Amino acid sequence: MTTSWNDAGSAFHPASAPDFLPRRELEQLQLARLRAVVARAYEKVPLLRQRMEARGVFPDALHALEDLARLPFTVKADLRDTYPFGLFASPVEEIVRLHASSGTTGKPIVVAYTAADLEVWTSVMVRAFAACGLHQGDLIQNAYGYGLFTGGLGAHYGGEALGATVIPISGGNTERQLMVLQDFGVTAICCTPSYMVHLIERARDAKIGFGRLKVGVFGAEPWSESMRAHIEREAGIRAHDIYGLSEIIGPGVGIECVHRDGLHLFEDHFYPEIVDPETGAVLPDGAEGELVLTTLSKQAMPMIRYRTRDITALDPTPCACGRTLRRIRRIGRRSDDMFIIRGVNVFPSQVETALLQVEGTLPHYQIVLTRAKGLDEMEVQVEVTPEVFSDEIRGLQRLQEHLATALEQVLGIRAQVTLVAPRTLQRSEGKAKRVIDRRNI
Amino acid sequence: MKIRQLSLFLENRPGQLRVPCQVLGDAGIDILTLSLADTQQFGILRLIVKDHTRARQVLEQAGVVVNVTDVLAVDVPDRPGGLAEVLQGFEACGLGIEYMYAYSVRSRGEHATLVFRLSDPDRAAALLQARGVRLVGAAELFARAGA
Repeated sequence: MTTSWNDAGSAFHPASAPDFLPRRELEQLQLARLRAVVARAYEKVPLLRQRMEARGVFPDALHALEDLARLPFTVKADLRDTYPFGLFASPVEEIVRLHASSGTTGKPIVVAYTAADLEVWTSVMVRAFAACGLHQGDLIQNAYGYGLFTGGLGAHYGGEALGATVIPISGGNTERQLMVLQDFGVTAICCTPSYMVHLIERARDAKIGFGRLKVGVFGAEPWSESMRAHIEREAGIRAHDIYGLSEIIGPGVGIECVHRDGLHLFEDHFYPEIVDPETGAVLPDGAEGELVLTTLSKQAMPMIRYRTRDITALDPTPCACGRTLRRIRRIGRRSDDMFIIRGVNVFPSQVETALLQVEGTLPHYQIVLTRAKGLDEMEVQVEVTPEVFSDEIRGLQRLQEHLATALEQVLGIRAQVTLVAPRTLQRSEGKAKRVIDRRNI
Repeated sequence: MKIRQLSLFLENRPGQLRVPCQVLGDAGIDILTLSLADTQQFGILRLIVKDHTRARQVLEQAGVVVNVTDVLAVDVPDRPGGLAEVLQGFEACGLGIEYMYAYSVRSRGEHATLVFRLSDPDRAAALLQARGVRLVGAAELFARAGA
């Protein structure tokens, strides 16, 4: 019987060693891996080869990491256009797992993993959980959906490999989630932040607490700092933001360590660039732009300069945890999540921030965009809670006014605030749908 | 002398009033009186029931937002000018009325009972009683209703 890593008194799981590599060593490793992955993509994936040839750039042109900027981008449409297996770099017999997106915007996208890819995925999830301070002995309630969605199985294998106890409850069935959470003495939960808010609400109804729960690992949708404050206060836990996308690997591309000052990217496997979303030009560290990721070790489906649509900035400054991995700022917005109303760019996370500024409001909201007589209208539906409900018309009108003012201050435009009964807005077990656009543009 | 009143938030769309009434009906809770305040966007249903604790519980279980407010029930002489006289008492005490509605119960002919929501019900009750305004307590109110 070997002693476990946490029994040895170490704060870090042995798998976390790459998190602390000196930058020079890390960059050497990145360059070597980058050359190999670009060569693999060139050899095995016709679409990527054609693009490189069209640009006159070949794998042997990569002398430094910066040379990556000469390679063409890959976008989500490339995955759809080559559906289902067109971007695979491994023959089917070497592929041991397939996942796919929900396909709500058309054909789903399919992603593939070799056995080695799964090992990489598991290892980054181990490092992610360890960075949140989880250990052997922790009970992880994994409420990410199992199945074609990458969240469930990604967190599952990572948790098990960490040595923690994983409860594969998957999404949904809120009553059972709360029962298990209490009865099993769960110490960590994984789910979308909007589902956590739902759990908090139902726990409050049932007048039950969160028992031994201390850590939440939330991801799969953008969320705000105010939402974090709400979750941490109401559930009495530490809430970590985890980042990932199936095109790259799934959850585990980056995570907030216990200091929660940006998300460390597992740069030894995923090479980040920040580009200007309009021109595609690479921006320096610290500048805000679109995150572009290149997989450095993926076999089955190498992604070269994949445009994530997530807006963030890279932070190279040292973190108190000692990890040398650069951090990305929390992603509150996506370039495709934004809508334009009366010439103003609005992100749902801004609406959320405004609503949460008003005392007692829960972040259950929905944005409905309509067009009347050629003019765009924005309606924000907010659920009334017992805390803010007043039995005087004036009181509710005052609340409406406060919310409208907060929105105007944050967004710079006036929105119609509609108070709706609790639980009338659709709850999601996965990603919350915040914007309903009925403008038919 | 205070009476506990339940206030419910209602969205302004069809079926919103029926749901809480149905929930109370299914729980065998009798509504003694009610008032509906509405705006273009939402409404507030105010109810007086005997078992307000249980009523609140079943309503909340059904997902309705419920608030409990203290109101005063006042006997008003059932003759022309009767209400004006009582209101004069309110005025003399410097009491502002947030809202009011009639308590619908079989009348004995002498009085009509009105429900008043005032900002400080305790202080208001003391002032009004000192002026001889007749307040009706919960027990009497329910007894009159035969509840």
